Amino acid sequence: MYTSLSRKLLLTLLAWLIALIIFFPIFWMILTSFKTEFEAISTPPTLFFEPTLAGYREVMARADYNTFAFNSFAVSVGSTLLALLVGLPAAYSMAFLPTKRTRGTLLWMLSTKMLPPVGVLMPIYLIFRDLGLLDSLTGLIVIYMLMNLPIVVWMLYTFFRDVPREILEAARMDGAGTLQEVLYLLVPLTLPGIASTGLLSVILSWNEAFWSINLTTSDAAPLTAFIASFSSPEGLFWARLSAASTMAVAPILLFGWMTQKQMVRGLTFGAVK
Amino acid sequence: MRLHHGLSLFGMLALASASVQAETITVATVNNNDMIVMQSLTDAFEKSHPDIKVNWVVLEENVLRQRLTTDIATNGGQYDVMTIGNYEVPIWARQNWLEPLNDLPANYRVDDLLKPVRDALTVNDTLYALPFYAESSMTYYRTDLFDKAGIRMSEHPTWDEVRGWAEKINDPQNEVYGICLRGKPGWGENMAFLSTLVNTYGGRWFDTDWHPEINSRAWQDAVSFYVDLMNQYGPPGASSNGYNENQALFASGKCGMWVDSTAAAGRLFNPQESQVADKLGFAPAPVAKTPKGANWLWSWNLAIPASSDAKDAARQFVTWATSEEYVDLVGKDKGWTSVPPGTRTSTYDNKQYQQAAPFASFVLNAIESATPNDPTQPPVPYTGVQFVSIPEFQSIGTQTGQMIAAALSGQRSVKDALDEAQRSAERTMRQAGYY
Repeated sequence: MYTSLSRKLLLTLLAWLIALIIFFPIFWMILTSFKTEFEAISTPPTLFFEPTLAGYREVMARADYNTFAFNSFAVSVGSTLLALLVGLPAAYSMAFLPTKRTRGTLLWMLSTKMLPPVGVLMPIYLIFRDLGLLDSLTGLIVIYMLMNLPIVVWMLYTFFRDVPREILEAARMDGAGTLQEVLYLLVPLTLPGIASTGLLSVILSWNEAFWSINLTTSDAAPLTAFIASFSSPEGLFWARLSAASTMAVAPILLFGWMTQKQMVRGLTFGAVK
Repeated sequence: MRLHHGLSLFGMLALASASVQAETITVATVNNNDMIVMQSLTDAFEKSHPDIKVNWVVLEENVLRQRLTTDIATNGGQYDVMTIGNYEVPIWARQNWLEPLNDLPANYRVDDLLKPVRDALTVNDTLYALPFYAESSMTYYRTDLFDKAGIRMSEHPTWDEVRGWAEKINDPQNEVYGICLRGKPGWGENMAFLSTLVNTYGGRWFDTDWHPEINSRAWQDAVSFYVDLMNQYGPPGASSNGYNENQALFASGKCGMWVDSTAAAGRLFNPQESQVADKLGFAPAPVAKTPKGANWLWSWNLAIPASSDAKDAARQFVTWATSEEYVDLVGKDKGWTSVPPGTRTSTYDNKQYQQAAPFASFVLNAIESATPNDPTQPPVPYTGVQFVSIPEFQSIGTQTGQMIAAALSGQRSVKDALDEAQRSAERTMRQAGYY
């Protein structure tokens, strides 16, 4: 009894410690965003200080935050919906109608994630230029969809595979077509999994910096481009940069917080039978 | 059919709205302070040019460089005005990527632009970019520490003198180090400084046939001197200190001397940003064997890419942002220490500027004494004081910088580092087809 209690206490403490370590940089960033530039670079660092909104005011004066935030929202949600639209049928066919090449295809899809994006920057830039997709939300949505598709297909595939075939067969015997089978059976059965896949895709798209900085200029630039305009090699402006970063991560942080139950449920979905 | 009608209606609407709308230009720039000031004065430009609207893309230097190179090399046409360094201007001009800037209006007064700065932007007698601000390098020192140690700064310091002074004022117990110099690897970081040191030791990057000379006697002398100086009188962990870190160290009173960009003068002189504002001294960049190439020349310039579809509007913008009128506007609106330095003689003739910036004459001297088109004592096939104006230099410079940083942190000997850098540079140049 005693040992199990102390074990539990120890584990709780350990979990808190790890959580604090992971959260500390974000906490420090938020704290720094309320300091003056001088306090931000002072050594030893100050923990107690008079908070100021100067950093935020300067960031707001220099850039139109709302446009950047809207673009981030549009591309992450848009690309996620598109990825689910394409990924769902792909995962369905791989999970329920596998061929001898299914495994190879899945691994090949995953292998595209191993390619450094800069390796294909030039061809993609040229294609985008010729299609008039540079600096457009459509272009960014397409590229993010392609970027997240392997993960979406993989995750959905593993969730679908856990669904007993017999249920689908029963539906088919009752006269359901493929579309009905997917819409009325498969989707409701794996909804937590689909939701967590979507949430993950939104977060990955929100945080993506390479493509968004390289393929946009002003009209479609999302929050990652907004932050890039505040990191500077000439002069240390940490308070301002922290304010910009806090503003950029705040929406997705809140979103993650609000949906954490669904995400955890989805990610552990089917783990225990 | 209906879709077709819809599209043509949309097209007509778009055309109609375009004809009443102002022409929009997209300006890509670095997020350094002077450019932020330029961005904040957009209203003034749009007021005097009501038919032009300015869109800004402000990015960190390295991100911007990568972004602009991708766009210009693919003829992407995303930008109408690009902010580029004097490293890129000659390379891009030779590729016909930039719009020539001949026939500038008479009131622009091209002759007012400082000659070394203008020369660095000229290819075959044609100007390809207009300078926004320029910098050279000079020596910053602490007058209080010098007085305490009974040292008098020379009018033209030598590196041997600097070493002696560093020894005298070095006080690591109180966290005051004799000298701070760049150590962070990168062609624009430690190699900008080290190139000038090698130049003044009589060395060069390449001989006239483009063979690298990175392990020559001059390089070995210069780099050994640097490593030794920094190990004895430099701050700990110097190999991770770049321009920013050293500026913070100097501003917080931890360095006795610092040889770096003239661009830091304004900030070090500002009591709100620097604890040493009232005990700050200036001197030219130190010299070893020859004054040639001892101080660098860097400028940020506004250029119009050949792929722009709003060249006339872009031209109006670049001539406005680099004009005397602009300097005057910044002086009156933001204060005279905020005017972009190093481009125009008229700025340095301005009494208000001289009063506000006591370092002005040092900066002017440093820039005027820079020799970007004849940077080293032995002849070279390239231009650029602290860089070599060829596309391969970014990789060669950064690799050499990494080797020297390893020597500075004691991971390898100077000779080893330079031999390795030489081999790597030879390989790069051979692959690029120079020989």
